[in-house]
Amino acid sequence: MAVSKTSEPIPAGRPAGPVSAWFLCHVNTSVDALGRLARQPFASLMILLVIAVTLALPAAMYLVIKNAQSIGSNWENALDFSIYLKSDVTLEDATRLAGLIRQRADVAQVTLISAQDALDEFKSASGFGAALDHLKTNPLPHTLVVRPSGANTEQSMILLHEEVGNLPEADLVQVDTEWVQRFHAILDILRRAIAIGAVLLGVAIVVIIGNTIRLDIQNRRDEIEVTKLIGASNAFVRRPFLYSGLWYGLGGGLLALALVRYGLYALEQPVRRLAGLYNSAFSVLELNLSESLLITGTGVLLGLAGSWLAAARHMRRIEPR
Amino acid sequence: MIRIEDVTKRFPGGQEALRGLTLSVDRGEMVFITGHSGAGKSTLLRLIALIDRPTSGQVIVDGQNTARVSRRKIPAYRRQLGMVFQDHKLLYDRPVFDNVALPLIISGIGYRDAGRRVRAALDQVGLLNKEKRHPETLSAGEQQRVGIARAIVSRPKLLIADEPTGNLDPDLSLEVMRIFRRFNEVGVTLLIASHDLALIDQLGCRRIPLENGALQVEKDRDEVSDYFEGAGAHSPEDRWR
Ligand SMILES: Nc1ncnc2c1ncn2[C@@H]1O[C@H](COP(=O)(O)OP(=O)(O)O)[C@@H](O)[C@H]1O
Ligand SMILES: [Mg+2]
Repeated sequence: MAVSKTSEPIPAGRPAGPVSAWFLCHVNTSVDALGRLARQPFASLMILLVIAVTLALPAAMYLVIKNAQSIGSNWENALDFSIYLKSDVTLEDATRLAGLIRQRADVAQVTLISAQDALDEFKSASGFGAALDHLKTNPLPHTLVVRPSGANTEQSMILLHEEVGNLPEADLVQVDTEWVQRFHAILDILRRAIAIGAVLLGVAIVVIIGNTIRLDIQNRRDEIEVTKLIGASNAFVRRPFLYSGLWYGLGGGLLALALVRYGLYALEQPVRRLAGLYNSAFSVLELNLSESLLITGTGVLLGLAGSWLAAARHMRRIEPR
Repeated sequence: MIRIEDVTKRFPGGQEALRGLTLSVDRGEMVFITGHSGAGKSTLLRLIALIDRPTSGQVIVDGQNTARVSRRKIPAYRRQLGMVFQDHKLLYDRPVFDNVALPLIISGIGYRDAGRRVRAALDQVGLLNKEKRHPETLSAGEQQRVGIARAIVSRPKLLIADEPTGNLDPDLSLEVMRIFRRFNEVGVTLLIASHDLALIDQLGCRRIPLENGALQVEKDRDEVSDYFEGAGAHSPEDRWR
């Protein structure tokens, strides 16, 4: 018999500080959970990839919009509009009017194009120079080109158009830049669509992780039963599964960042070439730190949510028989 | 330590595993529940471990009426019991040490303290040198001793065991019983279900014979004893001492 004869009593063991013991227990459980994932590298990687792609999709869309918006904001001058003055307005009146409009707070700059200048430019640009020489009178009016100040909102722009259009000297206000507003409106719609899509994909992640954890719980059913039999609480048996969910979410989030980064890397050259063709200094905007943290954090939260749901639903039903 | 009062356990199918059973076990006793398969031994232990609830009657353990232990309190209640099972119920994905440490980890005892107590428990069952082994590499008797170390590592006042020697040959069974006996000597109360009458007789402990979910009439017990004493090749004392 191997039983030792000096059967000393089991030492009572001074419990470690409750906080540090609790902390150590969590560290241990989380490392255990990580090790468990590492022991099935292929299966774990598949799940991580699914989560990463699902997270990367809305992140990438968001980046596209963010970049489009930054391009759009370089088109401020495209918001210029022209006031064609009535033909009986003299050049003097036009100059005075330009000065008046320039004083408005919502206007940054007013340029006067006199009828003569306009005609000259048209002659040289159109190639009809000789034909136009025969005109007795200049059919073109004086024109004011207005650049609104940057602080304008969509509403104040409309107001500005209306007010200058109602001036007695104004014949016609031409805003040939409505497409810029349309562009921004489309971006708004896309942004909203991405938000909706992101919510749906988030639900998908919760389901994916929840299902993975559910299978995990089923596979470890005996272990859960035995652990409960010797006095483990629901919280205790749930903990390793919550950590699995957390690791899936964290890993998926980080992998998603890597995927987005790789996508940007792949796009860098063509974008630079295109920008070069447009003589633009445009460079691609990347995810900044807080956006990266948001994506990773979302992964973690969704991972926890999925594993929590699975654990709450399936753990309670596993009781020792 | 244990008081069972007029306990009946009826299963949904209508089978009555226990019928108006009344018994008690004193603090510091080592008692065997005997009886044929189906007599209700496991059912009784399951009621004590709160794996099941009685249909009627009271189960009082260490002054606690188990009927008043709510579902949420069951884990804490079980932590003050030691339990040993016929099939060991070890976790085969981790080494012996981790198996024995599990009750301490569940109770939130730090790893360093756990280490000392685990080794002390393994020492008591004679497996100190096997702490790194995996359970499946151990013999049935060794596995059962790991199960016992796990049951006593948190120093319970009461240890219940359901057929702890059911899968072991006579020598290993005796070894396990001697370990139990030593715990009893340091004050642990033990309630052990077993149908190995020959073995129990060697230990000379009190027996509670069950039959069809009720106490067996005393006369039968004597008959059984007579039978074994008559047929026994050696007296209980020979084997035990
Ligand atoms: N879950 C159950 N459902 C129905 N009948 C059961 C259940 N568990 C045990 N029984 C019955 O209760 C009786 C006592 O069983 P048990 O306590 O396991 O006996 P023992 O452990 O003494 O062999 C048996 O007749 C058994 O068939
Ligand atoms: Mg049984």
